[in-house]
Amino acid sequence: MDEQNWYQSAPFQLAASTFRLAAPLVFAAMGGLLSERAGVINIALEGFMLMGAFAAAVGANHFADPWMGALIAGGVGAAFASIYAVFVIQYRANQIVAGTAMNFLAAGLTPFFCKILFDVSGSTPTLPIAVRFGSEPIWGAWILLALLAWLWRSTSVGLWIRFAGEHPQALDAAGIQVNRIRWASVAASGVLAGLAGATLSVCLSSSFSRSMTAGRGFMALAAVIFGKWRPVPTALACLLFGFLDAVQMRLQGVQIGGVGVPVQFIQILPYIATVIVLAGFIGKSRAPRSLGLPFEKV
Amino acid sequence: MIRSSRLWIALIAGLLLTTVAKADEFRVGVVLDRGGKDDKSFNAAAFKGGKEAEKALGITLKTVEASDDNSFEPMLRSLSQKKFDLIIAVGIAQADAVKKISAQFPQLKYALIDAQVDAPNVTSLLFEEHEGSYLVGAAAAMASKTGKLGFLGGVDIPLIRRFQMGYEAGAKKVNPKATVVANYVGVTTEAWNNPTKGRELSLSQYDAGVDVIFAAAGASGTGMFDAAEERSKGGVKKFAIGCDSNQNWIKPGLVLTSMLKRVDTAVFSTIDSAKKGQFVAGTKRFGLQNQGIDYAVDSFNDKLLTSEMRAKLDLLKKEIIAGKIKVPDYYSKRSKTAQN
Repeated sequence: MDEQNWYQSAPFQLAASTFRLAAPLVFAAMGGLLSERAGVINIALEGFMLMGAFAAAVGANHFADPWMGALIAGGVGAAFASIYAVFVIQYRANQIVAGTAMNFLAAGLTPFFCKILFDVSGSTPTLPIAVRFGSEPIWGAWILLALLAWLWRSTSVGLWIRFAGEHPQALDAAGIQVNRIRWASVAASGVLAGLAGATLSVCLSSSFSRSMTAGRGFMALAAVIFGKWRPVPTALACLLFGFLDAVQMRLQGVQIGGVGVPVQFIQILPYIATVIVLAGFIGKSRAPRSLGLPFEKV
Repeated sequence: MIRSSRLWIALIAGLLLTTVAKADEFRVGVVLDRGGKDDKSFNAAAFKGGKEAEKALGITLKTVEASDDNSFEPMLRSLSQKKFDLIIAVGIAQADAVKKISAQFPQLKYALIDAQVDAPNVTSLLFEEHEGSYLVGAAAAMASKTGKLGFLGGVDIPLIRRFQMGYEAGAKKVNPKATVVANYVGVTTEAWNNPTKGRELSLSQYDAGVDVIFAAAGASGTGMFDAAEERSKGGVKKFAIGCDSNQNWIKPGLVLTSMLKRVDTAVFSTIDSAKKGQFVAGTKRFGLQNQGIDYAVDSFNDKLLTSEMRAKLDLLKKEIIAGKIKVPDYYSKRSKTAQN
């Protein structure tokens, strides 16, 4: 600590920490957004993420290249999401039930495959620093946001996705296959959630470990609702969650007036803040009208 | 509905635990805590002890891992129904389940690690974590250039507070001006498995000037090793101290030492005495004096831990064993406050 560089200053560290913690949330939330705007509830994000985290660690480990890990994570995420799509789009299963099942499936499949591949069920081998991402996923999350915002506003695909969730009959009448759009959106959400998982296992830590998503899929979903199902506000919500978490970490162990603040109290601060923000500032948040309703041609 | 789901659970548990029993074999069942056998730390040590016993004593070993806190009881019950000769429950979270199951199967023998159950067929294996934490705290204070030390706890429970308290006391013994920043990953059992957050907390400590961190955080502790690696650049070295198992190998050159909690030897010796028919119910304590707790020196940290440091640590160790140093114990502090 002889010399203090600007990047060692507390505000910069806090900002860096915020962006690091927000990155996986942004990826997952963008995935959730795609699927939900197309009319498919996606509480399976957590499971998609977990599969992605595992696939990324395996891919990066095998090819000694983080990009291959990310590629495989996206692919596995898409494949896993397609299973979900079969159930909820093809067979019109209850989306909450099927989504929960996917989460359980991912929690069980990942240690199972880990055992087969590496003969340990807990975690994949540690990736050396050269085989991990530096800050690429952290920038990537915001590039993705820009892409998605553009897709939303300026392309017909964006319009179709929104109509699939709002008024699928109208989309159908316009000659577009609603279920095809929904299917693609769910698969894309799998790709993005897979990348969120890759961010966790190949960037923010050095291996896959069991249940490492630790509820981040659900936080991403909360961000989608908080962001009123729109890309930019959703990403900002992720950033807020990341910020609160970063602040929470730095407040731990801080003494106020000579008295240590209990860690439990500090750790509930993000949740209190979320409740306050949700209740006070968000205004009316309206879900896509046909969210959760399977589409049937009449 | 309830009937059928119970049936399913029984059926699945039965499938998982089916073993062909031979008449003369000594069967040992081990139920691991949530970190799992590959947490490189606490459960890994228990698993290692079981494996060594399997090899050296010729027992039949069955290990199962709990996927959530509610699965301890069915797992213990399933092993009990199969009449395993010794059932070992690893981890403080299983205390209630062991209490219940051991009462239902009074003819069977149980061992419980890290918690105490007073029953005629249970042996409780307790470790004096604060003693070892004291030693690594002293080591940390000697190695630190900034006088700022970090502590990374997994779940905020009294057991981990006990590590923290010992660590702080040891650091202050060597350097009274040393400060310890303590962070906890969380308050639920998820916090044993969150390396991302472990890393983030470690980064925030290192960035605040901390140069040695001691993690008692299960699998979340791996995040600390990554953080140490990332922040050790350009001649600056940030150190990490491992826990439970010897973790010196994880990042050679950056792991100052590891606090050893010899769960492996405890498991091994318990199996050994049970096999010889010398199972004794009650509480068995493992501390510095019987090498149940220690600090790790091996080829990976040989150069980091200088001979002066080791001499000092061994002196402290002797004084603790002789009772000259009283290491503050979070457990006794708690029971005192409870009495008041």
